Amino acid sequence: MHILMNILFVVAAPFVGGLLTGIDRVITARMQGRQGPPVLQPFYDVMKLVQKESIEVNSMHRFFVYISLVFAIFTTSILLSGGDILLAVFALTLGSIFFVLGGYASNSPYSIIGSERELLQIMAYEPMVLLACVGLYYADNSFFVKEIINNSIPAIVYLPGVFLGLVFIITFKLRKSPFDLSMSHHGHQEIVKGITTEYSGRDLAVIEVTHWFEVIITLTLVFVFFATETPISKVFALVACALVYFLEIIIDNAFARLKWQQAFTSAWIITGTMGIINLLILSFFR
Amino acid sequence: MKFVTKSPWILHYDGTSCNGCDIEVLACLTPLYDVERFGIINTGNPKHADILLITGSVNEQNIPVVKQLYDQMAEPKVVVAIGICATSGGIFAECYNVVGGVDKVLPVDVYVPGCAARPESIIDGVVKALDILAQKQKYARKKTGKNRINQETAKI
Ligand code: SF4
Repeated sequence: MHILMNILFVVAAPFVGGLLTGIDRVITARMQGRQGPPVLQPFYDVMKLVQKESIEVNSMHRFFVYISLVFAIFTTSILLSGGDILLAVFALTLGSIFFVLGGYASNSPYSIIGSERELLQIMAYEPMVLLACVGLYYADNSFFVKEIINNSIPAIVYLPGVFLGLVFIITFKLRKSPFDLSMSHHGHQEIVKGITTEYSGRDLAVIEVTHWFEVIITLTLVFVFFATETPISKVFALVACALVYFLEIIIDNAFARLKWQQAFTSAWIITGTMGIINLLILSFFR
Repeated sequence: MKFVTKSPWILHYDGTSCNGCDIEVLACLTPLYDVERFGIINTGNPKHADILLITGSVNEQNIPVVKQLYDQMAEPKVVVAIGICATSGGIFAECYNVVGGVDKVLPVDVYVPGCAARPESIIDGVVKALDILAQKQKYARKKTGKNRINQETAKI
């Protein structure tokens, strides 16, 4: 039964992620005074890409994105089955690293620049993600998601600073402006498309599906902060996820892309102030 | 289901144009015309694109560029010539450096007339191109050899 539920969650995750991406595109278009594509547009895009020819640059190049997808699925299944959040975070990072390797493998200057930027981004957001895990352990004495979301007091009460820091770095993970320097959704030039420059057809579809999983993973991290043992809190947590996602869309539309130096320093400053001060205060009281 | 008609991504290349047609192509992306309604995205990357929009004629210097862009696109793909320059050379046809319309180099599928082509007719041309794209997709899915695909599409 448990395993069946887990499989169901993992199968549903990309559909929910794709739907969220579609809603994102419609809301973005409305904010710009446009009509926007249909909500199911991301699915049309992926189905089209699957039907198209995949140009093979070299044999390794394609392999890396598939591995990256496997790790994204693995991370999602750990999180949604209530597993170890630390393991999930590291598996996600490993997936990102494989994606970066895919960028390097093609030997195209654009994707190599994209890979370097992606590495800088990983460096920028990773400390905050780890701090969030440590904070959740401090608050709930467990690294297991199923125990964290079954406490009497939601983690956000102990960790408001960590949560704000996490919302800040989620922008990197969702690939939103101002932190979409390695691979943007609104790429009109090769350099903005970064790592994906050399991918086409089915491989590009895999990258897109991996991104849908990442949307679900990041929103699960938000969910964990709000959920408690009472069922009504889970509803609140879902509302919080929706609000955070909407906030990210507004941020995406309101800011221009930053240089990597600014993205990097701002992320670390937020991590240093929000995250570390929050944890210091918490350790003082506990 | 021909998903390619629901999500055509375009690549825009500016040959020897006067920039008139280019501005009209970009006007299609503005809120007034908003081609993203049809799932159309301006990709700026041949490997992601399905439709190659060319404005302006070809000359000796950009022939290799145009050819390479076309070769880098994944099958199925279509070429749309925007404006009279891209169709025949237009008012620049007599210039010493101009070779002629885009069809001197690439198999053009749709010609969009006008100097400059209006955004409405550009959208119309792209929508016409979608039908051709759908037919090419059908042949591509039949697992025929590459030459076969070209022969079949040449008849269309
Ligand atoms: S067709 Fe007319 S407007 Fe278009 S590029 Fe040629 S000269 Fe310019």
